[in-house]
Amino acid sequence: MNIHEYQGKSVLKQYGVAVPEGKVAFTVDEAVQAAEELGTPIVVVKAQIHAGGRGKAGGVKIAKSLDDVRTYATELLGKVLVTHQTGPDGKEVKRLLIEQGCDIKKEYYIGVVVDRGTGRVVMMASEEGGTEIEEVAAATPEKIVKEVIDPAVGLQVFQARKLAYAINIPAELVNKAVKFMVALYQAFVEKDCSIAEINPLVITGEGEVMALDAKLNFDSNALYRHKDIQALRDLDEEDEKEIEASKFDLSYIALDGNIGCMVNGAGLAMSTMDIIKYYGGEPANFLDVGGGATTEKVTEAFKIILSDENVKGIFVNIFGGIMRCDVIANGVVEAAKQIGLDRPLVVRLEGTNVEIGKRILNESGLNIVAADSMADGAQKIVALVQ
Amino acid sequence: MSILIDKHTKIITQNMTGATGMFHTKGGLEYGSQMVAGAVPGKGGTTVDITLDNGEVVTLPVYNTVVEAKNATDATASVIYVPPAFAADAIMEAVDADLDLVICITEGIPVLDMVKVKRYMEGKRTRLIGPNCPGVITPGQCKIGIMPGYIHAPGHVGVVSRSGTLTYEAVHQLTTRGIGQSTAVGIGGDPVKGSEFIDILHLFNEDPDTHAVIMIGEIGGTAEEEAAEWIRDNMKKPVVGFIGGATAPAGKRMGHAGAIISGGKGTAGEKIATLEACGVRVAPTPSEMGSTLVAVLEERGMLESCTTHVVNS
Repeated sequence: MNIHEYQGKSVLKQYGVAVPEGKVAFTVDEAVQAAEELGTPIVVVKAQIHAGGRGKAGGVKIAKSLDDVRTYATELLGKVLVTHQTGPDGKEVKRLLIEQGCDIKKEYYIGVVVDRGTGRVVMMASEEGGTEIEEVAAATPEKIVKEVIDPAVGLQVFQARKLAYAINIPAELVNKAVKFMVALYQAFVEKDCSIAEINPLVITGEGEVMALDAKLNFDSNALYRHKDIQALRDLDEEDEKEIEASKFDLSYIALDGNIGCMVNGAGLAMSTMDIIKYYGGEPANFLDVGGGATTEKVTEAFKIILSDENVKGIFVNIFGGIMRCDVIANGVVEAAKQIGLDRPLVVRLEGTNVEIGKRILNESGLNIVAADSMADGAQKIVALVQ
Repeated sequence: MSILIDKHTKIITQNMTGATGMFHTKGGLEYGSQMVAGAVPGKGGTTVDITLDNGEVVTLPVYNTVVEAKNATDATASVIYVPPAFAADAIMEAVDADLDLVICITEGIPVLDMVKVKRYMEGKRTRLIGPNCPGVITPGQCKIGIMPGYIHAPGHVGVVSRSGTLTYEAVHQLTTRGIGQSTAVGIGGDPVKGSEFIDILHLFNEDPDTHAVIMIGEIGGTAEEEAAEWIRDNMKKPVVGFIGGATAPAGKRMGHAGAIISGGKGTAGEKIATLEACGVRVAPTPSEMGSTLVAVLEERGMLESCTTHVVNS
């Protein structure tokens, strides 16, 4: 789960990670009031959306007066920002972070991730702050240094010190940088983050080491033990169909195509998208109904797919293991009865109770095209939506 | 021969008395697996009657701890159907009991819990498969997990996969072509897990009864690339691959916690290119995993030795 920058900074602050003073604003008046309360000569007006690249897209403004704040807040609130991470449709700005201006001397990068190779948390640091770390990794990988952290003892001070020296933090600020990193690691593990990225980490003219930006991402499998983090979820940032799907414990991701997919199993669902594309079609979604789906769950899944106006046809691809084909068939028939089936439907069933499933579909009177294999089904649906 | 499990493997079910544990313990018994006991805290000293489809009733003892269950039954493996919040603890309990093999089916374990589990397992001999996996099956001998047993047939092709349903898809394509499997292993869709592709490929390489392997990967991480290089340097048997997620958008978690393209890394394109460069033929679509393997076996004159049964069409 993603959260906003201002929320991330407030989580980090609880652990003693230094961040600039700032306040969130939902309206222009709140923005001006926040700037007044901060009282610094320069304030930064930052658009809050769940995507990086906001600066380049014009979502970050430096205000030298309260009038500036009013102008920028008016401009940004309601504006649609298009960054390299938002997709072409962009995202509407509904919240602003009003933050004290900093006298930046130099920018660095600090990131914390779970490394699959070692099965451990790794802290990465680079002297090349402020730019996309992927670009640094591609062009000059030697400029990224890493420390692998033993979960039994956590990030050790010597490791943070090694990172600080390696990225040339000024000698007099090394201790502050170490404190920053240790606090960041603590926040990462205690809140079950999947990514914590501080880009840039800055040193200021006043001799502070602080997080000028903060991107925190949380392990959705661990949210059950962090009610405070769950409360930070911003539904405005999520696709409506994805929210609806999550209520029914369905794994759904909206895509741009016109062929709706309903599949059991994540790997098969991904591959179903692939094979549709292979035969010249475009999938409208990823949807894994899971292994233990009931007729009700399948019905809801079907409704969500049909609620997408871009969907011109549906491909149901099921390999029943635990998921029985008759359950899927009943769900499809039930959903079609409830909302009417006005678009072509191709169904490929295989596995447990496949004969019963096929019989249910045949006897339903619905206009269903049966497929013998994934390839057969994909070719049929691609032809039907053209 | 086979890898990991066979008809002699005795298995403990952790959380056997839960609905999922009961269902799949019965599934194992129906298949002929030696499900010998349950380990359920607080239920020690009780027994559970399981009625098979043929009417036979099997009575299994339940113990409070894994180590008690092991000592009483000589079991060497356990399968875990414990809910995600408690699953890491269950794995460590099984490792502490010094079992040979622990298979964790549970989906949704917090990744930092698995980081601790991996650390805990260092220096211990237990092998972990999963979590978030369908399990392991040696067709005709032993099934541990949630896969539909009837789609499998005994034979000589090893299957290793990050995805459950794609494993079934591959197995089905093999069986319907008359090609049986030595063992099928689902290593699971989580980013931090017990066994990686290389661990399983190593076992298949050493198993005289496995003649060829299908390896099914997906987007996210670099395990497929590492496996490809290992295959190039070590593998004595042909390997056919498939990678799911060629059309997945970056930054979106495709169901599995591990299936996500981040920072431009872990794309299907990169994985396929590395596999091909290392001599692994990659099936162009998931429908062609079986036919791709058949083509490779034919080229190498191995199709006959891998054909294990007649298919009625």
